[in-house]
Amino acid sequence: MPSTRVPIELTVNGSRREVDVEPSATLLDALRDDLGLTGAKECCLVGECGACTVILDGRSVDSCLVLAVEADGATVLTVEGLASRDGRLSAIQTAFLDQGGVQCGFCIPGQLMSAHALLAEHPHPTRAEIEEGLAGNLCRCACYEQIFAAVEQAAHQAAAEAAS
Amino acid sequence: MRPFTYARPDTLADTLALLAERGPDARILAGGTDLVIRLRDGSASPVVVVDVKRVPELAPGIRVDAGTLVIGAGTTMTELAAHPLVRRDLAGLAEAAAVVGSVQIRNRATIAGNLCNASPAADTAPSLLVHGAVIVAAGSAGQRRIPLDGFFVRSGVTTLAPGELVLAIEIPMPASLIASAHQRRTRRRGHDLASVTLACGVDATGVTRVAYGSVGPRPILRVDASGVLADPASTDDARAAIFETIFADASPSARSMRAGPDYRLAMLRVLGRRALATAQARLAAGG
Repeated sequence: MPSTRVPIELTVNGSRREVDVEPSATLLDALRDDLGLTGAKECCLVGECGACTVILDGRSVDSCLVLAVEADGATVLTVEGLASRDGRLSAIQTAFLDQGGVQCGFCIPGQLMSAHALLAEHPHPTRAEIEEGLAGNLCRCACYEQIFAAVEQAAHQAAAEAAS
Repeated sequence: MRPFTYARPDTLADTLALLAERGPDARILAGGTDLVIRLRDGSASPVVVVDVKRVPELAPGIRVDAGTLVIGAGTTMTELAAHPLVRRDLAGLAEAAAVVGSVQIRNRATIAGNLCNASPAADTAPSLLVHGAVIVAAGSAGQRRIPLDGFFVRSGVTTLAPGELVLAIEIPMPASLIASAHQRRTRRRGHDLASVTLACGVDATGVTRVAYGSVGPRPILRVDASGVLADPASTDDARAAIFETIFADASPSARSMRAGPDYRLAMLRVLGRRALATAQARLAAGG
Protein backbone atom coordinates (compact mmCIF):
# COMPACT_ATOMS: atom_id res chain seq x y z
CA MET A 1 0.00 0.00 0.00
CA PRO A 2 1.41 3.41 -0.91
CA SER A 3 2.27 5.71 1.96
CA THR A 4 -0.47 8.16 2.80
CA ARG A 5 1.72 10.12 5.17
CA VAL A 6 1.66 13.88 4.98
CA PRO A 7 4.50 16.17 6.00
CA ILE A 8 4.00 18.54 8.90
CA GLU A 9 6.28 21.04 10.54
CA LEU A 10 6.02 22.11 14.15
CA THR A 11 8.06 23.68 16.91
CA VAL A 12 8.39 21.33 19.88
CA ASN A 13 10.05 22.54 23.08
CA GLY A 14 11.80 25.27 21.12
CA SER A 15 13.11 23.08 18.28
CA ARG A 16 11.78 23.08 14.76
CA ARG A 17 10.73 19.51 13.82
CA GLU A 18 9.57 18.05 10.53
CA VAL A 19 7.74 14.75 10.47
CA ASP A 20 5.54 12.73 8.12
CA VAL A 21 2.35 11.54 9.77
CA GLU A 22 -0.69 9.47 8.86
CA PRO A 23 -3.82 11.66 8.77
CA SER A 24 -5.29 9.41 11.45
CA ALA A 25 -2.31 9.86 13.79
CA THR A 26 -2.91 12.03 16.82
CA LEU A 27 -0.54 14.68 18.10
CA LEU A 28 0.12 12.26 20.97
CA ASP A 29 1.13 9.53 18.48
CA ALA A 30 3.47 11.91 16.67
CA LEU A 31 5.10 13.13 19.88
CA ARG A 32 5.63 9.65 21.28
CA ASP A 33 6.27 7.52 18.19
CA ASP A 34 7.87 9.91 15.72
CA LEU A 35 9.62 12.41 17.96
CA GLY A 36 10.51 10.10 20.86
CA LEU A 37 8.91 12.37 23.45
CA THR A 38 7.25 9.82 25.70
CA GLY A 39 6.46 12.14 28.61
CA ALA A 40 2.86 12.69 27.51
CA LYS A 41 1.04 9.43 28.27
CA GLU A 42 -1.58 7.50 26.34
CA CYS A 43 -4.35 6.51 28.72
CA CYS A 44 -8.11 7.04 28.35
CA LEU A 45 -8.08 8.25 24.71
CA VAL A 46 -11.39 10.08 25.19
CA GLY A 47 -10.22 13.35 26.75
CA GLU A 48 -11.17 12.54 30.32
CA CYS A 49 -7.95 11.71 32.17
CA GLY A 50 -5.53 14.41 30.99
CA ALA A 51 -2.46 12.14 31.00
CA CYS A 52 -1.68 13.28 27.44
CA THR A 53 -1.92 17.02 28.21
CA VAL A 54 0.48 19.26 26.28
CA ILE A 55 0.45 22.99 25.53
CA LEU A 56 -0.49 23.76 21.95
CA ASP A 57 -0.02 27.39 20.86
CA GLY A 58 -0.22 28.49 24.48
CA ARG A 59 -3.29 26.47 25.48
CA SER A 60 -3.43 23.14 27.29
CA VAL A 61 -5.04 20.38 25.21
CA ASP A 62 -5.59 16.64 25.37
CA SER A 63 -3.13 15.57 22.67
CA CYS A 64 -5.11 12.32 22.18
CA LEU A 65 -7.94 14.44 20.72
CA VAL A 66 -5.83 16.51 18.34
CA LEU A 67 -4.81 15.08 14.98
CA ALA A 68 -1.11 15.51 14.28
CA VAL A 69 -1.95 17.20 10.98
CA GLU A 70 -3.92 19.84 12.88
CA ALA A 71 -0.73 20.79 14.68
CA ASP A 72 1.02 21.65 11.40
CA GLY A 73 2.69 25.03 11.94
CA ALA A 74 1.97 25.02 15.68
CA THR A 75 4.15 25.47 18.74
CA VAL A 76 4.03 22.63 21.25
CA LEU A 77 5.38 22.46 24.79
CA THR A 78 5.63 19.02 26.41
CA VAL A 79 6.81 18.01 29.86
CA GLU A 80 10.28 17.44 28.41
CA GLY A 81 10.44 21.18 27.76
CA LEU A 82 9.81 22.31 31.35
CA ALA A 83 13.29 21.74 32.76
CA SER A 84 16.19 23.91 31.60
CA ARG A 85 18.55 22.50 28.97
CA ASP A 86 21.11 21.63 31.65
CA GLY A 87 18.48 19.52 33.40
CA ARG A 88 17.50 21.88 36.21
CA LEU A 89 13.87 21.27 37.14
CA SER A 90 11.37 24.12 36.88
CA ALA A 91 9.74 25.56 40.00
CA ILE A 92 6.53 23.60 39.46
CA GLN A 93 8.44 20.33 38.98
CA THR A 94 10.44 20.92 42.17
CA ALA A 95 7.24 21.78 44.04
CA PHE A 96 5.62 18.48 42.98
CA LEU A 97 8.62 16.61 44.43
CA ASP A 98 8.74 18.73 47.61
CA GLN A 99 5.06 18.18 48.32
CA GLY A 100 5.04 14.44 47.59
CA GLY A 101 2.71 14.98 44.65
CA VAL A 102 4.45 12.32 42.57
CA GLN A 103 3.55 8.76 43.51
CA CYS A 104 3.34 6.29 40.61
CA GLY A 105 4.11 9.18 38.26
CA PHE A 106 1.92 8.19 35.32
CA CYS A 107 -0.36 11.23 35.44
CA ILE A 108 2.37 13.68 36.44
CA PRO A 109 3.44 14.93 32.98
CA GLY A 110 -0.19 15.89 32.32
CA GLN A 111 -0.66 17.38 35.78
CA LEU A 112 2.51 19.45 35.32
CA MET A 113 1.38 20.80 31.97
CA SER A 114 -2.04 21.77 33.33
CA ALA A 115 -0.38 23.38 36.35
CA HIS A 116 2.06 25.21 34.05
CA ALA A 117 -0.82 26.53 31.91
CA LEU A 118 -2.78 27.54 35.01
CA LEU A 119 0.12 29.48 36.52
CA ALA A 120 0.84 31.19 33.20
CA GLU A 121 -2.73 32.53 33.19
CA HIS A 122 -3.27 32.93 36.96
CA PRO A 123 0.10 33.50 38.68
CA HIS A 124 -1.70 33.66 42.05
CA PRO A 125 -4.52 31.12 41.73
CA THR A 126 -7.11 30.63 44.43
CA ARG A 127 -7.76 27.11 45.68
CA ALA A 128 -10.92 27.03 43.54
CA GLU A 129 -8.97 28.11 40.46
CA ILE A 130 -6.40 25.37 41.10
CA GLU A 131 -9.12 22.74 41.46
CA GLU A 132 -10.84 23.91 38.27
CA GLY A 133 -7.54 24.26 36.40
CA LEU A 134 -6.60 20.66 37.19
CA ALA A 135 -10.12 19.18 36.95
CA GLY A 136 -9.20 17.58 33.62
CA ASN A 137 -6.34 15.56 35.13
CA LEU A 138 -7.07 12.37 37.03
CA CYS A 139 -4.63 10.85 39.54
CA ARG A 140 -5.28 7.20 40.32
CA CYS A 141 -3.01 7.48 43.38
CA ALA A 142 -5.36 10.24 44.61
CA CYS A 143 -2.55 12.69 45.32
CA TYR A 144 -4.82 15.65 44.69
CA GLU A 145 -4.10 17.41 47.99
CA GLN A 146 -0.34 17.15 47.46
CA ILE A 147 -0.65 18.27 43.83
CA PHE A 148 -2.76 21.29 44.79
CA ALA A 149 -0.23 22.13 47.52
CA ALA A 150 2.55 21.93 44.92
CA VAL A 151 0.79 24.45 42.69
CA GLU A 152 0.38 26.75 45.70
CA GLN A 153 4.08 26.34 46.56
CA ALA A 154 5.18 27.22 43.02
CA ALA A 155 2.90 30.28 43.00
CA HIS A 156 4.19 31.46 46.39
CA GLN A 157 7.78 30.92 45.31
CA ALA A 158 7.28 32.94 42.13
CA ALA A 159 5.67 35.74 44.14
CA ALA A 160 8.54 35.71 46.70
CA GLU A 161 11.15 35.82 43.92
CA ALA A 162 9.33 38.70 42.26
CA ALA A 163 9.29 40.62 45.55
CA SER A 164 12.96 40.07 46.42
CA MET B 1 -8.34 4.62 13.71
CA ARG B 2 -9.57 3.63 10.31
CA PRO B 3 -7.60 5.48 7.59
CA PHE B 4 -8.98 8.66 6.09
CA THR B 5 -7.62 11.55 4.11
CA TYR B 6 -7.34 15.04 5.54
CA ALA B 7 -8.35 18.24 3.82
CA ARG B 8 -7.74 21.73 5.12
CA PRO B 9 -9.42 24.18 2.76
CA ASP B 10 -8.54 27.86 3.08
CA THR B 11 -11.74 29.27 1.63
CA LEU B 12 -15.45 28.82 2.21
CA ALA B 13 -15.99 28.15 -1.51
CA ASP B 14 -13.46 25.30 -1.48
CA THR B 15 -15.02 23.88 1.70
CA LEU B 16 -18.55 23.91 0.30
CA ALA B 17 -17.36 22.39 -2.99
CA LEU B 18 -15.61 19.60 -1.09
CA LEU B 19 -18.66 18.90 1.08
CA ALA B 20 -20.90 18.87 -1.99
CA GLU B 21 -18.57 16.55 -3.90
CA ARG B 22 -17.91 14.06 -1.08
CA GLY B 23 -21.37 14.07 0.50
CA PRO B 24 -21.70 11.63 3.40
CA ASP B 25 -18.07 10.52 2.92
CA ALA B 26 -16.93 13.85 4.40
CA ARG B 27 -16.98 14.89 8.06
CA ILE B 28 -16.29 18.39 9.32
CA LEU B 29 -13.54 18.74 11.92
CA ALA B 30 -13.54 21.80 14.18
CA GLY B 31 -12.34 21.32 17.77
CA GLY B 32 -12.27 17.54 17.43
CA THR B 33 -13.28 16.82 21.02
CA ASP B 34 -16.20 14.71 19.82
CA LEU B 35 -15.13 13.75 16.30
CA VAL B 36 -11.71 12.33 17.17
CA ILE B 37 -13.33 10.08 19.79
CA ARG B 38 -15.81 8.88 17.17
CA LEU B 39 -13.08 8.35 14.56
CA ARG B 40 -11.29 6.17 17.08
CA ASP B 41 -14.28 4.11 18.23
CA GLY B 42 -15.47 3.68 14.65
CA SER B 43 -18.87 5.31 15.14
CA ALA B 44 -17.78 7.82 12.49
CA SER B 45 -15.80 6.49 9.52
CA PRO B 46 -15.46 9.26 6.93
CA VAL B 47 -13.33 8.92 3.84
CA VAL B 48 -12.23 12.52 4.19
CA VAL B 49 -11.98 14.71 7.29
CA VAL B 50 -12.46 18.38 6.42
CA ASP B 51 -10.69 20.67 8.89
CA VAL B 52 -12.48 24.03 8.77
CA LYS B 53 -10.23 25.89 11.20
CA ARG B 54 -8.53 27.90 8.46
CA VAL B 55 -11.72 29.09 6.77
CA PRO B 56 -11.93 32.83 7.52
CA GLU B 57 -15.74 32.94 7.58
CA LEU B 58 -15.79 30.44 10.47
CA ALA B 59 -13.00 32.08 12.43
CA PRO B 60 -13.30 32.37 16.21
CA GLY B 61 -14.34 35.75 17.49
CA ILE B 62 -17.18 37.68 19.08
CA ARG B 63 -18.32 41.01 17.71
CA VAL B 64 -21.34 43.29 17.63
CA ASP B 65 -22.55 44.00 14.13
CA ALA B 66 -25.57 46.28 13.52
CA GLY B 67 -27.33 45.44 16.77
CA THR B 68 -26.50 41.74 16.60
CA LEU B 69 -23.91 39.82 18.59
CA VAL B 70 -22.08 37.52 16.17
CA ILE B 71 -20.17 34.52 17.51
CA GLY B 72 -17.88 32.87 14.94
CA ALA B 73 -18.45 29.13 14.51
CA GLY B 74 -14.91 28.30 15.64
CA THR B 75 -15.14 30.23 18.91
CA THR B 76 -14.03 27.95 21.74
CA MET B 77 -15.71 27.43 25.08
CA THR B 78 -12.69 29.07 26.74
CA GLU B 79 -13.11 32.18 24.59
CA LEU B 80 -16.86 32.33 25.21
CA ALA B 81 -16.52 31.93 28.98
CA ALA B 82 -13.86 34.64 29.21
CA HIS B 83 -15.33 37.26 26.86
CA PRO B 84 -16.32 40.45 28.75
CA LEU B 85 -19.39 41.14 26.62
CA VAL B 86 -20.66 37.56 26.98
CA ARG B 87 -20.03 37.60 30.73
CA ARG B 88 -21.88 40.90 31.10
CA ASP B 89 -24.83 40.50 28.73
CA LEU B 90 -25.20 36.72 28.30
CA ALA B 91 -24.25 35.51 31.76
CA GLY B 92 -26.06 32.19 31.30
CA LEU B 93 -24.03 31.45 28.17
CA ALA B 94 -20.73 32.33 29.87
CA GLU B 95 -21.68 30.06 32.79
CA ALA B 96 -22.60 27.21 30.44
CA ALA B 97 -19.39 27.48 28.41
CA ALA B 98 -17.35 27.47 31.63
CA VAL B 99 -18.64 24.06 32.74
CA VAL B 100 -18.21 22.12 29.50
CA GLY B 101 -15.65 19.35 30.07
CA SER B 102 -12.27 20.40 31.45
CA VAL B 103 -9.87 23.24 30.64
CA GLN B 104 -8.27 21.06 27.95
CA ILE B 105 -11.65 20.32 26.35
CA ARG B 106 -12.82 23.95 26.56
CA ASN B 107 -9.61 25.08 24.84
CA ARG B 108 -10.59 23.04 21.75
CA ALA B 109 -14.38 22.56 21.77
CA THR B 110 -16.21 25.07 19.58
CA ILE B 111 -19.68 26.57 19.89
CA ALA B 112 -20.70 25.33 16.44
CA GLY B 113 -19.46 21.84 17.29
CA ASN B 114 -21.45 21.86 20.52
CA LEU B 115 -24.61 22.72 18.54
CA CYS B 116 -24.00 20.60 15.43
CA ASN B 117 -23.41 17.43 17.44
CA ALA B 118 -26.93 18.10 18.69
CA SER B 119 -26.34 16.25 21.92
CA PRO B 120 -29.43 16.58 24.11
CA ALA B 121 -26.96 17.47 26.88
CA ALA B 122 -25.22 20.29 24.95
CA ASP B 123 -24.57 22.88 27.65
CA THR B 124 -24.57 25.99 25.47
CA ALA B 125 -27.93 25.12 23.88
CA PRO B 126 -30.30 26.18 26.70
CA SER B 127 -28.74 29.63 27.17
CA LEU B 128 -28.60 30.23 23.42
CA LEU B 129 -32.28 29.23 23.13
CA VAL B 130 -33.18 31.61 25.95
CA HIS B 131 -31.36 34.46 24.20
CA GLY B 132 -33.07 33.80 20.87
CA ALA B 133 -29.95 32.66 19.00
CA VAL B 134 -30.04 32.18 15.25
CA ILE B 135 -27.77 29.88 13.25
CA VAL B 136 -26.13 31.35 10.14
CA ALA B 137 -25.64 28.43 7.75
CA ALA B 138 -23.95 28.33 4.36
CA GLY B 139 -24.38 25.84 1.56
CA SER B 140 -23.83 25.72 -2.16
CA ALA B 141 -27.20 27.47 -2.58
CA GLY B 142 -26.10 30.39 -0.41
CA GLN B 143 -26.64 31.48 3.16
CA ARG B 144 -29.72 31.11 5.35
CA ARG B 145 -30.66 31.76 8.95
CA ILE B 146 -32.18 29.09 11.18
CA PRO B 147 -33.66 30.02 14.57
CA LEU B 148 -31.95 27.72 17.07
CA ASP B 149 -35.28 26.29 18.23
CA GLY B 150 -35.75 25.02 14.68
CA PHE B 151 -32.23 23.56 14.46
CA PHE B 152 -32.26 20.56 16.79
CA VAL B 153 -34.04 17.36 15.74
CA ARG B 154 -32.60 14.64 17.95
CA SER B 155 -29.20 13.47 19.15
CA GLY B 156 -26.74 13.95 16.29
CA VAL B 157 -29.38 15.28 13.88
CA THR B 158 -30.06 18.91 12.97
CA THR B 159 -32.03 20.65 10.24
CA LEU B 160 -28.82 21.52 8.39
CA ALA B 161 -29.09 20.26 4.82
CA PRO B 162 -26.41 17.92 3.42
CA GLY B 163 -23.39 20.01 2.46
CA GLU B 164 -24.35 22.91 4.73
CA LEU B 165 -22.20 24.16 7.57
CA VAL B 166 -22.51 26.71 10.34
CA LEU B 167 -20.69 30.03 9.87
CA ALA B 168 -21.77 31.83 13.01
CA ILE B 169 -24.33 32.16 15.76
CA GLU B 170 -26.22 35.45 15.98
CA ILE B 171 -27.90 36.82 19.06
CA PRO B 172 -30.16 39.88 18.91
CA MET B 173 -28.83 42.75 21.00
CA PRO B 174 -28.97 44.36 23.35
CA ALA B 175 -28.95 40.92 24.94
CA SER B 176 -29.04 42.70 28.29
CA LEU B 177 -32.78 42.98 27.75
CA ILE B 178 -32.81 39.34 28.83
CA ALA B 179 -30.98 38.52 32.07
CA SER B 180 -29.98 34.85 32.05
CA ALA B 181 -28.53 32.16 34.29
CA HIS B 182 -27.41 28.58 33.69
CA GLN B 183 -27.62 25.61 36.05
CA ARG B 184 -26.41 22.06 35.60
CA ARG B 185 -26.09 18.74 37.36
CA THR B 186 -23.35 16.29 36.48
CA ARG B 187 -21.93 13.19 38.09
CA ARG B 188 -18.36 14.39 37.92
CA ARG B 189 -17.31 17.98 37.31
CA GLY B 190 -14.55 18.37 34.77
CA HIS B 191 -15.41 15.29 32.76
CA ASP B 192 -18.95 14.06 32.48
CA LEU B 193 -21.79 15.40 30.39
CA ALA B 194 -24.74 17.05 32.08
CA SER B 195 -27.41 14.92 33.74
CA VAL B 196 -29.61 18.00 33.53
CA THR B 197 -28.69 21.33 31.89
CA LEU B 198 -30.99 24.35 32.12
CA ALA B 199 -31.06 28.08 31.49
CA CYS B 200 -33.56 30.74 32.44
CA GLY B 201 -33.92 34.26 31.09
CA VAL B 202 -36.19 37.06 32.31
CA ASP B 203 -36.81 40.44 30.72
CA ALA B 204 -38.22 43.73 31.91
CA THR B 205 -41.59 43.05 30.26
CA GLY B 206 -42.16 40.06 32.56
CA VAL B 207 -41.58 37.35 29.97
CA THR B 208 -39.59 34.36 31.26
CA ARG B 209 -37.86 31.88 28.97
CA VAL B 210 -36.76 28.48 30.25
CA ALA B 211 -34.73 26.02 28.16
CA TYR B 212 -33.48 22.64 29.29
CA GLY B 213 -31.67 19.59 27.98
CA SER B 214 -30.52 16.07 28.79
CA VAL B 215 -34.12 15.10 29.55
CA GLY B 216 -35.28 14.04 26.08
CA PRO B 217 -34.13 13.75 22.49
CA ARG B 218 -33.43 17.46 22.06
CA PRO B 219 -33.20 20.67 24.11
CA ILE B 220 -36.59 22.28 24.79
CA LEU B 221 -37.52 25.99 25.00
CA ARG B 222 -40.66 27.14 26.81
CA VAL B 223 -41.88 30.69 27.36
CA ASP B 224 -43.99 32.00 30.24
CA ALA B 225 -45.68 35.18 29.02
CA SER B 226 -48.12 35.30 31.95
CA GLY B 227 -45.65 37.25 34.05
CA VAL B 228 -46.09 34.89 37.01
CA LEU B 229 -42.56 33.48 37.00
CA ALA B 230 -40.93 36.87 36.59
CA ASP B 231 -43.02 38.62 39.25
CA PRO B 232 -41.04 38.72 42.50
CA ALA B 233 -44.39 38.90 44.37
CA SER B 234 -45.64 35.56 42.99
CA THR B 235 -46.12 32.76 45.50
CA ASP B 236 -44.02 29.61 45.32
CA ASP B 237 -47.18 27.62 44.56
CA ALA B 238 -48.05 29.88 41.62
CA ARG B 239 -44.54 29.55 40.23
CA ALA B 240 -44.53 25.78 40.74
CA ALA B 241 -47.73 25.48 38.70
CA ILE B 242 -46.12 27.34 35.78
CA PHE B 243 -42.96 25.23 36.05
CA GLU B 244 -45.12 22.08 35.79
CA THR B 245 -46.39 23.19 32.38
CA ILE B 246 -42.88 24.27 31.32
CA PHE B 247 -41.41 20.88 32.21
CA ALA B 248 -44.36 18.85 30.89
CA ASP B 249 -42.41 17.83 27.77
CA ALA B 250 -39.38 16.48 29.60
CA SER B 251 -39.05 12.79 28.80
CA PRO B 252 -35.79 11.47 30.26
CA SER B 253 -34.76 8.01 29.14
CA ALA B 254 -34.95 5.18 31.65
CA ARG B 255 -31.93 3.61 29.94
CA SER B 256 -29.48 6.47 30.45
CA MET B 257 -26.37 5.58 32.41
CA ARG B 258 -26.12 9.08 33.90
CA ALA B 259 -29.22 9.44 36.02
CA GLY B 260 -32.67 7.95 36.42
CA PRO B 261 -35.78 9.74 35.14
CA ASP B 262 -37.07 10.51 38.65
CA TYR B 263 -33.85 12.23 39.63
CA ARG B 264 -33.72 14.22 36.42
CA LEU B 265 -37.32 15.38 36.68
CA ALA B 266 -36.84 16.37 40.33
CA MET B 267 -33.63 18.25 39.53
CA LEU B 268 -35.28 20.12 36.63
CA ARG B 269 -37.60 21.75 39.14
CA VAL B 270 -34.78 22.59 41.55
CA LEU B 271 -32.53 23.98 38.84
CA GLY B 272 -35.47 25.89 37.33
CA ARG B 273 -36.11 27.69 40.63
CA ARG B 274 -32.44 28.45 41.15
CA ALA B 275 -31.83 29.74 37.63
CA LEU B 276 -34.97 31.88 37.82
CA ALA B 277 -33.87 33.43 41.12
CA THR B 278 -30.40 34.20 39.73
CA ALA B 279 -31.80 35.64 36.49
CA GLN B 280 -34.25 37.82 38.45
CA ALA B 281 -31.44 39.11 40.65
CA ARG B 282 -29.38 39.91 37.55
CA LEU B 283 -32.29 41.73 35.93
CA ALA B 284 -32.81 43.74 39.11
CA ALA B 285 -29.10 44.57 39.18
CA GLY B 286 -29.31 45.90 35.64
CA GLY B 287 -28.72 42.76 33.58
